[in-house]
Amino acid sequence: MEGIVSWGGYIPIYRLSGDVVQKVWGGRMKGERAVANYDEDSLTMGVEAARVCLEGIDRNTVDALYFASTTAPYREKQSASIIAAALDLREDVIAMDVCNSIRSATTALCIALQCVKSGSIKRALVIGADCRLAPPNSDLELTFGDGAVAFLVGSDAAVTIDGSYHTSSEFIDIWRLENDVLPKRWEDRFINDEGYVPHLKKAVSGVVKASNLSVNDLTKVCFYGPDERSHKNMIKALGLDAIKVQDPLFGKVGNTGTASALMMLVAALEGAKKGDRILLSNYGDGADAFVMTVTDKFKFRGNSLSEFMESKILIETYGKYIKFKRLMEFETTTESPLRTSLSQIWRERRWVFRCHAHKCQKCGRTQFPMQKFCMNCQADEKFLDEVNISDRKGILLTYSADERAPVMDPPNVLAAVNLEGNARIFSQVTDRDLSKLKVGMPMELTFRRIHDGLGVHNYFWKCRPDRRSKEAK
Amino acid sequence: MTESIKDKVAIIGVGCSQFGERWESGIDDLIKEAVVEACGDAGLGVNDVQAMWVGTALGSQPAGIPTAIVVSQALQTQGIPVTRVENACASGQESVRGAAYAVASGAYDIVMAIGVDKMKDMGFGGLPGGAPGKFEPVYGAFGSGPGRYAMAATAYFSKYGIAFDEGKRILAEISVKSHYYGAMNPKAHLRRAVTVEDVMNAPMIAWPLGLFDCCGVTDGAAAVIMVPASQAKNYKKDYVTIKGIGLSAGNGWGKENIDYDFTYWDATRWAARQAYDQAGITDPRKDLDFLELHDCFSIAELIATESMFMCEPGGFKKEFTDTRAYYHDGAMPINCSGGLKSFGHPIGASGCRETYEICRQIQGKVERARQIKDARIGLSHNQGGHPGRFVCGVIIYGAP
Repeated sequence: MEGIVSWGGYIPIYRLSGDVVQKVWGGRMKGERAVANYDEDSLTMGVEAARVCLEGIDRNTVDALYFASTTAPYREKQSASIIAAALDLREDVIAMDVCNSIRSATTALCIALQCVKSGSIKRALVIGADCRLAPPNSDLELTFGDGAVAFLVGSDAAVTIDGSYHTSSEFIDIWRLENDVLPKRWEDRFINDEGYVPHLKKAVSGVVKASNLSVNDLTKVCFYGPDERSHKNMIKALGLDAIKVQDPLFGKVGNTGTASALMMLVAALEGAKKGDRILLSNYGDGADAFVMTVTDKFKFRGNSLSEFMESKILIETYGKYIKFKRLMEFETTTESPLRTSLSQIWRERRWVFRCHAHKCQKCGRTQFPMQKFCMNCQADEKFLDEVNISDRKGILLTYSADERAPVMDPPNVLAAVNLEGNARIFSQVTDRDLSKLKVGMPMELTFRRIHDGLGVHNYFWKCRPDRRSKEAK
Repeated sequence: MTESIKDKVAIIGVGCSQFGERWESGIDDLIKEAVVEACGDAGLGVNDVQAMWVGTALGSQPAGIPTAIVVSQALQTQGIPVTRVENACASGQESVRGAAYAVASGAYDIVMAIGVDKMKDMGFGGLPGGAPGKFEPVYGAFGSGPGRYAMAATAYFSKYGIAFDEGKRILAEISVKSHYYGAMNPKAHLRRAVTVEDVMNAPMIAWPLGLFDCCGVTDGAAAVIMVPASQAKNYKKDYVTIKGIGLSAGNGWGKENIDYDFTYWDATRWAARQAYDQAGITDPRKDLDFLELHDCFSIAELIATESMFMCEPGGFKKEFTDTRAYYHDGAMPINCSGGLKSFGHPIGASGCRETYEICRQIQGKVERARQIKDARIGLSHNQGGHPGRFVCGVIIYGAP
């Protein structure tokens, strides 16, 4: 049966707390929200979620990749193709960006399901990610959150998608024009009364009816909510037992836009058991609803989402948040402007994007970046085999913290990390709590936006303390 | 058949500009200052020089690509060969090497090596490197000198089980010595003596290296005039000869090589062995009288000392810190000029500036309080790049 083969969620390490916001804008703010690091965007967060989703899965079995977001880093230039490369997927993968609606991730899920059902592809990876900018000093500042999810859809499903219902609507509630940085909204009462409530209700009742079920047959219900209050009211409107409703993560992660409803599904699946029947409903320019069944093929795939939720660093000042979100103009330096070279990146794409290294047939050492001769025994390139090292874990050999480097979040931490399988990577360290860095600590690799030299988003790999290791806890 | 350069080339004149933040001076002023002194020392005019080599990393940046023209324009030489050489921070010694071999080949009788860089026309503190992404679009785009050398300090502390405070203190003692000598050296950039506490409490630049673990950013030039050793007596009584020249460009992938641990400088080891062989040095601790080492950072002096085979790896504290052997009256004086740390480090100048210091120590011409007794043979160590990616020159100079 067709449905979901595997899943993964990603929450960036930083949290903005109500306390910090309140100190600047006053009022009473509580809870936290997830904030993407300065070197993250929807594309990189999508890669993170997809890597969790693909743990233990042969990447060559992925035939299509659909990336859904309202905050893709490029207006013109596909994100899915960069994500596919970072995930080291086959070059003949069908890559597509689905955009402009926070419902686009469930639309992508629907397309993936249809394609798999048609038999034209076997497996499709659906990624939803968002890092929408909240207007400062608005309720959205703590409501919005940054995060990503990924689902592998295939015919050998652990969770079958048994039925779905979709509506499309010209209803306008929240929007951004072509060059808008911040979203605009109509009155919230109108949004709820005419938009959110009736549209979501229609999709939920539609799928339940079409599946010959009643809400009592459902084990878990995951549905989008624009904010905590609207989500709570919707429980009543749908006539649901609150205990069946998946935590929408307000006050912890926030509304992650395109990823939001599906992130609840990831959380539900992390706690699911065989036979569970789950309803998923998403909203935005209409609504989607799906009914799913956890089958015998279901296997526990770890608690990545709760682990990422536990692994956090509180942003200590609002200034840092402003900096991360590029909400202010800062002094420019007289140092040379950032540079890049697209032709060089193209030549080096095998290791820049795909994180391929060379393993020497003669001396067995693995080297990154890829070489012309073995850096250890000087064997010619023809004796060097290309291997992917992006998933290898490592140990911090040495590091430094440069306070004066022209980086967004100084100090710039540089490190040499010894990876499994006789390999070494030298890189910047991100997602780090300086006070916890220690020689010998477990490290892992992460795909990040290095800089925007020449107005190009330059992506590459960094290392970070392993967020899900035992030591990290 | 190869043969050693030992005693084939003599230095008959050295000059060095005032080092510092020379707001009033351009690269041409600095070149002129050093060259005029060197010519005076040799009793020659600029037009007696038959060929020149200039080591400069930045040249006339930000104006353009550095070329030998910076020298020929500054000195208005009349059509003689001038060659610009560049090996990052080891450019100065590369100019000495090029000029020395030109003399040794018999092609010229009088040559000059010049090292120079004008660092302070950039508009910001710190080292004017390439823009992030200029050389590699993404890989290592944000690496810096301090950040990369600091990794060696962390690795050294960790490998030898040195607690953070103890490690900082070992490094601080080195900087205290550098400033002690810099303070009494009139041409030095940083002329204030500091205490161990000053060094240890200074703000961090690149953890674990603080402000006083790092050299300043300095303008300066130095020049060296060389002739065949057989003719040296015609110019000067107390000339100095070259005993050995080593140069090593490492394979550059140390940071990335699983076998490298950041606690030694491979290019320094190779270059030192080459120079020792040529000079006939079998026990460097006995055969050498003093060292001028490339100490852009305190940790750089420590590791360079060990990589020169002056003590066992990890033995610096016992052999140098505890015994104070690295002071001018110790068993192996190191950087009694103030070093790059305190004298200053105009990238391309430092290799020539070390030569200047070594010749004047051998000639007994430095300030009495830092004059090394019986200084007959000294070593100059000049390296470019960063841990795991070095090019390194070693030249040994001595009384004939």
